[in-house]
Amino acid sequence: MSAVVLQMLCVAGLLGSAVLAIVLSRSKIATAIIYSATLSASAIALIGSIHWLLGDTANAVDLTLPIGLPWLGSHFRLDPLASFFLVVVNLGGAVASLYGLGYGHHEAAPHRVLPFFPAFLAGMNLVVLADDAFSYLLCWEFMSLVSWALVMAHHREAGNAKAGYVYLVMASFGTLALLLAFGLLGGPAGDYGFAAIRAAPHTPYVATLVLILMLLGAGSKAGLVPLHVWLPLAHPAAPSHVSALMSGVMTKVAIYGFIRVVFDLLGQPLWPASVIVLFLGGVTAVMGILYAMMEKDLKRLLAYSTIENVGVIFASLGLALAFQASGLKLLAALAFTAALFHVLNHSFFKSLLFFGAGAVLTATGERDMDKLGGLIHRMPLTSFAVLVGCVAISALPPFNGFVSEWLMFQAVLQSPELSQWALKITVPAVGALLALAAALAAACFVKAYGVTFLGRPRGATAETAEEVDLYSLSAMFILAALCLLAGILPGLVIDSLSPITLQILGGRMPVQANEPWLSIAPIAESRSSYNGLLVMVFITISASLAVVFIHRFASRALRRSPAWGCGFSDPTPAAQYSGGSFAQPIRRVFGTLVFHARDHVEMPPPGDIKPARLRIELHDLIWERMYEPIAGAVGFSSDKLNRLQFLTIRRYLSLVFVTLVTLLLVLAIWS
Amino acid sequence: MQMHSLEFDISHALAGGLVLISFMMLYQDRLYSLLNVFALHALVLALSVAWQAFIQNAPHLYVTAAIALVFKAIVIPVALHRIIKQLGIHRDIESAVGIGPTMLAGMGLVALSMVLILRVTAEADPLAREDIAFALSVVLLGLLVMVTRRNAVSQVVGFMSLENGLVLAATGAKGMPLVVEISVAFSILIAFIVIGIFLFRIRERFDSVDVSALDDYRGERR
Repeated sequence: MSAVVLQMLCVAGLLGSAVLAIVLSRSKIATAIIYSATLSASAIALIGSIHWLLGDTANAVDLTLPIGLPWLGSHFRLDPLASFFLVVVNLGGAVASLYGLGYGHHEAAPHRVLPFFPAFLAGMNLVVLADDAFSYLLCWEFMSLVSWALVMAHHREAGNAKAGYVYLVMASFGTLALLLAFGLLGGPAGDYGFAAIRAAPHTPYVATLVLILMLLGAGSKAGLVPLHVWLPLAHPAAPSHVSALMSGVMTKVAIYGFIRVVFDLLGQPLWPASVIVLFLGGVTAVMGILYAMMEKDLKRLLAYSTIENVGVIFASLGLALAFQASGLKLLAALAFTAALFHVLNHSFFKSLLFFGAGAVLTATGERDMDKLGGLIHRMPLTSFAVLVGCVAISALPPFNGFVSEWLMFQAVLQSPELSQWALKITVPAVGALLALAAALAAACFVKAYGVTFLGRPRGATAETAEEVDLYSLSAMFILAALCLLAGILPGLVIDSLSPITLQILGGRMPVQANEPWLSIAPIAESRSSYNGLLVMVFITISASLAVVFIHRFASRALRRSPAWGCGFSDPTPAAQYSGGSFAQPIRRVFGTLVFHARDHVEMPPPGDIKPARLRIELHDLIWERMYEPIAGAVGFSSDKLNRLQFLTIRRYLSLVFVTLVTLLLVLAIWS
Repeated sequence: MQMHSLEFDISHALAGGLVLISFMMLYQDRLYSLLNVFALHALVLALSVAWQAFIQNAPHLYVTAAIALVFKAIVIPVALHRIIKQLGIHRDIESAVGIGPTMLAGMGLVALSMVLILRVTAEADPLAREDIAFALSVVLLGLLVMVTRRNAVSQVVGFMSLENGLVLAATGAKGMPLVVEISVAFSILIAFIVIGIFLFRIRERFDSVDVSALDDYRGERR
């Protein structure tokens, strides 16, 4: 049985479980059955795709199904790029299913989630496997619609209906852009198979237009600024394991679409295109993490952080485009590998963090960080797993986030090799943006972790929280282990990514398996190298030594005494350092410019016993300056056009007549 | 340059006559005279189709001609006469736009269709070309009649003359099947019946077949 058939059988299994979920919808055992089914289907697909990616990748396998358009059929294909993204999708799917086995029992209306969850997984698999424009768009829309249904699972909660609406509008816009892009690619001859598109020559004009359309289409799904507005609304609205899939996996499927079209189908791009991608990526990274910094809702913070990571990935892709346009295959492969590595890493730790947020939500019913706190005592295991995720996403060694960002900065540092002066200047500037984003990300996750898990509980529910079930914990620990493994065995990952860079760019990074002691050297050992294992050993030894020394010599006698409270003998938990206070310095520095942030201090006059208040005013400028005018213009023109509903019969006839005559006139003048 | 034969000249004259009669329709401001002109229109159409049947050696076109003659030149005008008599509206003067501008617009439309068709179909058979150009003129003039009239009866007449233009175009092109022709004829008949019933219903309700009564009823501005 060929590998692609195995993948399609898994997809069929997933679709079958969606149908089964409808049949079982209100039965009690449905949750266990459906998540077990999706777990096994995703696991089989995962093993199949890993096996294929590590094995013989020289020959891509095709499959044509006689469904879809009569003369076209549906084409599916498994090649290295697709198989890598299948790994990402199915790993996310398998872990989310495992998590769902426990988390799903807390679901108030499981029949709103169960049928769509397997269908969503199937949709993402199909998008990655599709090999003609028609199937691709169909599966893409299927994926969008099913995820919309999942966003609307808790439709009665405040704000979710709006989130669903904004998502639907943005998804339709994105698909329109994709439709136009494929229309341009297919050309007047109209062969929409990917093989035909790849073989056909594309003029620079068409190529640039397609790249911009793909940035709009795939970028709106992935969350590129300024098309990101739906993402922080929709991702947190879904149940947590679905949020993990949407943030950790669906954005990757969008990135897959961008890579497939821009790198694979378009062929050689022009270098100015890379400037656009680089710039958008850098801006997205910084804006995403600044939004996240201002956020106090845990799941929304994670969603904004997804935007940052998508920006990082797009910036790496832009670098790869720039190097490719200059003919530097090795460096292009380096930047591209960094992007793919980050795709993998982000799917690990973002899923982990969303699972953690889900665990907190289950235990306390709270998403607002300012009502949480002290959870490390009540939920030690969850806290540990989330800590790993936070360290990894903050790009600290020895975890995986560091490796991919390090690789990306290695590529940034090679920018003097580029031949165009515009790129020589742009790339370091974008590099600075990315460095800023990385630093802010660390600050952001110190805030997220510190406020949620450390300190004292700020609310009643946080005081009585209980550790979550074993399924959820095991899902989180599997991901935490993967974060560590990918961090100390980066050479293994880089080597498994080399078939993809060979396929897409025609070049690859040097083989890392020969390096001693699991270190990696992206270009040559004399230039730069990194050894995750060594760093981990050093960190472990030095930290243990520090602990031993402190406990041995500094605080041998444990004393418990009330902390000095500035005269307040028993400060309330609300007086603790809060998320808002943590973000304040950064809000002061960036907020005035980016969010038009204003602090208003309402100080009562002397003698008045009202409390003084600090009110913070933040504006989402992208929403206010870009989306509200568009929405206003649409509303205004539909108001005006509404009058067309109430014309007289003779006017309608005249309209038809005038239109006909105008069209004939145009024809007469043009032909 | 092809020699113009007698056959060509006659079909040309008949099609041109159809356009001329469409112009006559534009300036009729009494319903009875409009109906008479329409009957003449249908008669010329029947002649034209019969002539096409003769020169194309296509006997089924004779059936088309007969349908045009019986239904459009006799049955429908007579029925509309009776309707007008029953409604008592034979004295109505009812064009919404003045005759001068209407005639000018009509000339513009004919010029447009000539320019367009003659240029688009440069390689086609000259007979079919002229025929289609005239047919488009008739269609556009029919639409113009519908647009410039207020009375429902004259809008029906405009619609029927528009359909005559379609038949002219269809018979000019060789090889139109009879089935299509008959189905078109029947659809016209059904449209006529439906519109006739509606006329009476409108009349019952509003004491008028001026379609602006409908608009007043909807409370709309004009």
